[in-house]
Amino acid sequence: MINLNLYTRRRVINAVGLTVSLLAMLFGLFWLCWILFTLLDHGLPALTSVVFTQMTPPPGSSGGLLNAISGSLMMTVVGTLIGTPIGILAGTYLAEFGHRGWMAPLTRFINDILLSAPSIVIGLFVYEIYVVHVKHFSGWAGAMALAILVIPIVIRTTENMLRLVPSTLREAAAALGAPQWKIINFVTLRAARAGIITGVMLAVARISGETAPLLFTSLNNQFWNSNMDQPMANLPVVIFQFAMSPYEDWQRLAWAGALLITLSVLTLNILARVLFRQSATTH
Amino acid sequence: MTVETIANPKVVVKDLNFYYGNYRALKDINLSIAEKMVTAFIGPSGCGKSTLLRTFNRMYQLYPKQKATGEIILDGANILDPKQDLNMLRAKIGMVFQKPTPFPMSIYDNIAFGVKLYEDLSKHDMEVRVEWALKKAALWTEVKDKLKQSGTGLSGGQQQRLCIARAIAVKPQVLLLDEPTSALDPISTAHIEKLIDELKEDFTIVIVTHNLQQAARVADYTAYMYLGDLVEFGDTPTVFTNPKRKETEDYITGRFG
Repeated sequence: MINLNLYTRRRVINAVGLTVSLLAMLFGLFWLCWILFTLLDHGLPALTSVVFTQMTPPPGSSGGLLNAISGSLMMTVVGTLIGTPIGILAGTYLAEFGHRGWMAPLTRFINDILLSAPSIVIGLFVYEIYVVHVKHFSGWAGAMALAILVIPIVIRTTENMLRLVPSTLREAAAALGAPQWKIINFVTLRAARAGIITGVMLAVARISGETAPLLFTSLNNQFWNSNMDQPMANLPVVIFQFAMSPYEDWQRLAWAGALLITLSVLTLNILARVLFRQSATTH
Repeated sequence: MTVETIANPKVVVKDLNFYYGNYRALKDINLSIAEKMVTAFIGPSGCGKSTLLRTFNRMYQLYPKQKATGEIILDGANILDPKQDLNMLRAKIGMVFQKPTPFPMSIYDNIAFGVKLYEDLSKHDMEVRVEWALKKAALWTEVKDKLKQSGTGLSGGQQQRLCIARAIAVKPQVLLLDEPTSALDPISTAHIEKLIDELKEDFTIVIVTHNLQQAARVADYTAYMYLGDLVEFGDTPTVFTNPKRKETEDYITGRFG
């Protein structure tokens, strides 16, 4: 006989579980929407063409965020360019050669620590090993701190994505007599390409909003500067400084900058998802 | 039937033992693979038939805890000899796997990948070779207009024929097929069985299969294995209609397994 009580109980548990998870989702979405709404409400009116054409102003005069935008772009690009190859190489080592010995587990453990290290610690570290010795803040130091943030993220995603590649694909390439470097370069890395690119994009999204590691490294610069060896303006630190100030025009610019960062991070996240989904359907 | 009774052996296996760590998965295997014939390994799951197949191209060497002892003689040389160059061995012995394994590249590059490892062909010669391999694998008419498209976009049956084309494009002498049709529908299976029949004109073929009818249809010789032992080995009609061992008969008639 079918026990109807058991069935009813299962349905009740199902309904309760579903309700609780829906509420949890709504709770999360509520704050996200509020943040986005406030950002758009304050940021959109401030987001004029002046923001993209003029430098950060002294209080009371008109100005924009051009130097901060370009500084952020330069340091993010350089940080990504330094961090990505190191991350992909290390991740490949962990996934393809990390079966034996003590090096790989140790690297994986240290990488996990690095992944969750507070970013201000990274900033202080670069300050100690670089800024103190050259005796001035600089864009290079900022890019270095960002690169150190990029590396563990890229290592982790590269390793995970390579592990998703079925071992039969490696065996098939080995069965043709391909040497290991060719198997890795032309078969496994290629099969994991979309996932790895997604990881890099998420890393870029992560560092483009980081303030703490830049406070001790690139600091800020009120003027236009394309010299990476000089202190460099960047959006997060400008937002921090302007939002804390008592001047209304500075606060408006801070809103505009916050909206800009949020929109670019959002775009990167959406792009990463679309890319990953595409690759998931073609394999 | 023993090692000596096959007139024209391509591969001779002598006292082969295989270990996964401490577990002995193959026990003193002795058999010969006839040249330009089809030899099938049958037996229940875990009997060691795939393990035996994977010793022929030393596939197990990808995994540190696996090892083989004994001899496998191909063209007078022991391929288990540590001095045997692995990549040169795998140029002579091709393999097709249970699941189709197209590489994430175009159909053309899937075939050219293996060839480029051993031969420095001109663009034209490579095109000729790719066409030859795809025709041999009975895939040419279906893909000749989309050679630049990704190999992963083909159907399962087509992907498996692509993998066969990729294996024979290198012009190996022996072709190992590890349950090549178990992931395919009956029509694709029929395609591939017909193909095996044609390929044995040029290649020595060893096939592992779960499907007894398939072994009966395609194989000239059949080996029945159980728990790491080679129970019976002989020409296919004898093994299927007049087996010498009671265990073989029980398995083939479906009383067991």
